[in-house]
Amino acid sequence: MKKERYTISVFTEDIVGMLNRVTIIFTRRKINIESIAASESEIPNIHRYTLVICEAEDMVKKVVLQLEKQVEVVKAVYHKDSEVVYQEIALYKVPTEVLLSGGEAEKIVRAHHARVLSVEPAFTVIEKTGHKDETQALFDQLEPYGMLEFVRSGRVAITKPMKTLKSIVEELEKVQY
Amino acid sequence: MDTIEVKDTMPKQGLMTGSQAVVQSIIAEGVNLMFGYPGGAIMPVYDALYDVEQELTHVLARHEQGAVHAAQGYARATGKVGVCIATSGPGATNLITGIADAQIDSTPLVCITGQVASHLLGTDAFQETDVVGISMPVTKWNFQVTRAEEIPMAIAKAFYIARSGKPGPVLVDITKDAQFEEVDFNYVPFTGMRSYRPKPKLNLDSVKAAANLINSAKRPFILFGQGIILSKAEREFKSFIEKTGIPSAWTILGLSALESDHYLNVGMLGMHGNYAPNKLTNECDVLIAIGMRFDDRITGDLSRYAKQAKVVHIEIDPSEVSKNVHTNIPVIADAKEALLELCKIVDQKSHTDWLQKFRDLEKEEYELVIGNELYPSTEKLTMGEVINEINIQSDHNNIVVTDVGQHQMMSCRYFKFKQTKSMITSGGLGTMGFCLPAAIGAKMGQPNKQVVAVIGDGGFQMTLQELGTMFQYGVDVKIVVLNNEFLGMVRQWQEMFFEKRYASTTMVNPDFQRIVSGYGIATKKVVKREELAEAIKEMLNHKGAYFLEAIVGKENNVFPMVPTGASVSEIRLK
Repeated sequence: MKKERYTISVFTEDIVGMLNRVTIIFTRRKINIESIAASESEIPNIHRYTLVICEAEDMVKKVVLQLEKQVEVVKAVYHKDSEVVYQEIALYKVPTEVLLSGGEAEKIVRAHHARVLSVEPAFTVIEKTGHKDETQALFDQLEPYGMLEFVRSGRVAITKPMKTLKSIVEELEKVQY
Repeated sequence: MDTIEVKDTMPKQGLMTGSQAVVQSIIAEGVNLMFGYPGGAIMPVYDALYDVEQELTHVLARHEQGAVHAAQGYARATGKVGVCIATSGPGATNLITGIADAQIDSTPLVCITGQVASHLLGTDAFQETDVVGISMPVTKWNFQVTRAEEIPMAIAKAFYIARSGKPGPVLVDITKDAQFEEVDFNYVPFTGMRSYRPKPKLNLDSVKAAANLINSAKRPFILFGQGIILSKAEREFKSFIEKTGIPSAWTILGLSALESDHYLNVGMLGMHGNYAPNKLTNECDVLIAIGMRFDDRITGDLSRYAKQAKVVHIEIDPSEVSKNVHTNIPVIADAKEALLELCKIVDQKSHTDWLQKFRDLEKEEYELVIGNELYPSTEKLTMGEVINEINIQSDHNNIVVTDVGQHQMMSCRYFKFKQTKSMITSGGLGTMGFCLPAAIGAKMGQPNKQVVAVIGDGGFQMTLQELGTMFQYGVDVKIVVLNNEFLGMVRQWQEMFFEKRYASTTMVNPDFQRIVSGYGIATKKVVKREELAEAIKEMLNHKGAYFLEAIVGKENNVFPMVPTGASVSEIRLK
């Protein structure tokens, strides 16, 4: 089966050690996690992890079921890139002097619709949000001017299907065992 | 919902220390026997145990691995949650093998470990180990307690999670300061949480779809596993197969879920299972798997496994469905609930010709393998004949506990079972050293049953120290060591696949008779065939523990065999 990029969203109770429980499922199958982001969800005490992996769908399915098997995982789902709206944020630290002369570097920043976050005498921090290829394109163009530091966040993603987490949680809370 | 066994002696309430709360919580769960080993970080709990010896017996093992295997044996023999307790650091890490074993074999276990005081966490303090981190991949759930007030809830949750749904081991790690701290104790049993759905709701449409497929099948075949035992569905299962007339084969962990001599029981699946069920897996038209998980030792080469068949999988754990074998009709449910409904709508049938195919192949296996193993003409004893002699002389109501290796496969193949939960063996993890402590736990859980522990000379020496536990508590286990002076299973593989290069498999053994005698246990060694029946009679009639060492052929092999990478239909009889 062909490997593709998948976004896995894992909703868990807000508990110490959950990240470890989640990542173990991937590491034991030697699946590399390309990016990971953790945050609160819209529901109090439920955290969400957004993980990106490149795998065959069959494998992704199995992993998601094993994630959901974890006692404190509320729900785990996976989506193809076409089924999610996603973004990453990248920060670039470049020497301020390359932007001062009104030369190429400044044009590049404008062309990419990047924002200047902070200007110091020695360096300037630029922010760009977008998909990885977009933040990477800016990196590639700025790099010849001297890249002092670069960081990109994990992907955060909102799913297109309309079933809300709230309705899922309500269903789960209703069921009596 | 699982019922909580409430004992007559209710737990105390009110102000108490965290360690007293631990003990009272365990009592509140109906536990009266636990296994463990003390040490610095768990001492307050041991001190609290000292006051409740009447209600809660603590069995001192000789090694934490012994304690956890004993708790497993107890759980497997009784169907209750096994409890074990250990100190931090090495005490906790010594539990890990047993926890991993319980995880893969779905054994309900609550493990309690002491931990260094909370202000020392993460500092590499004396006997500090991140046991929550270490145990995470091999526990169903774990939790670290750092405040006494968390104790009742943590333990209630631990028992609930361990025993509900697909059972498994849980671990509660309790820092020493939490054990000393005071808490206003009030025990409330745990009843559920939104993120955990232990029993999936039975989907009647899938039951109907399964029934339709089963009713239309010409050559249906049932594979059943421990799920039958865990969901207490033995009776429902029997009704189901008797109504449908479908030949049924068990996995190793499914052993004893049905009588061995039931007319529809066609034997054991897997690498050293029976000839017919392996071979005919690739000839059936509908494969009905119940409470089993298509382990690689069952399936052999997946790409040539039951490809001709439509598959129905009745399974409580959704992550097991289509994990290894593609399932056409999944019935994600507790086996008992599913079988009750399924039984109502399947047709009464018999599959005489199809069943006869199994019997014909069984005859072939008998002629080439079984007969020679049970009634050998060799000079040396065989493992099979020792087991067969135990069968002959007992009423088949023994609980058999085995270790791992050749003797295990022989025990699975040749012991005859009449009652459920009468076979306890380390199936998924294959843990050598499991048997002796597990047998102790089984006997203490079922004191009125005869417990026969069958062990190889290798595995016996892995947890031999537990003879001390047997001695101290007068545990009446009949130990049968089948001694071939080899690590027999590995040797067999070396013979078959490594050109007889016997690297580190020969055992130069001590005089087991003298060692066991030192523990005050009656012993006998059997070398000759004519001594065997008498020795087994003596063992079974002996009051108290007994050690029987049978010297068996050194280079005997277990057959049939599905070699690694082969298809089940390529099973070899020699």
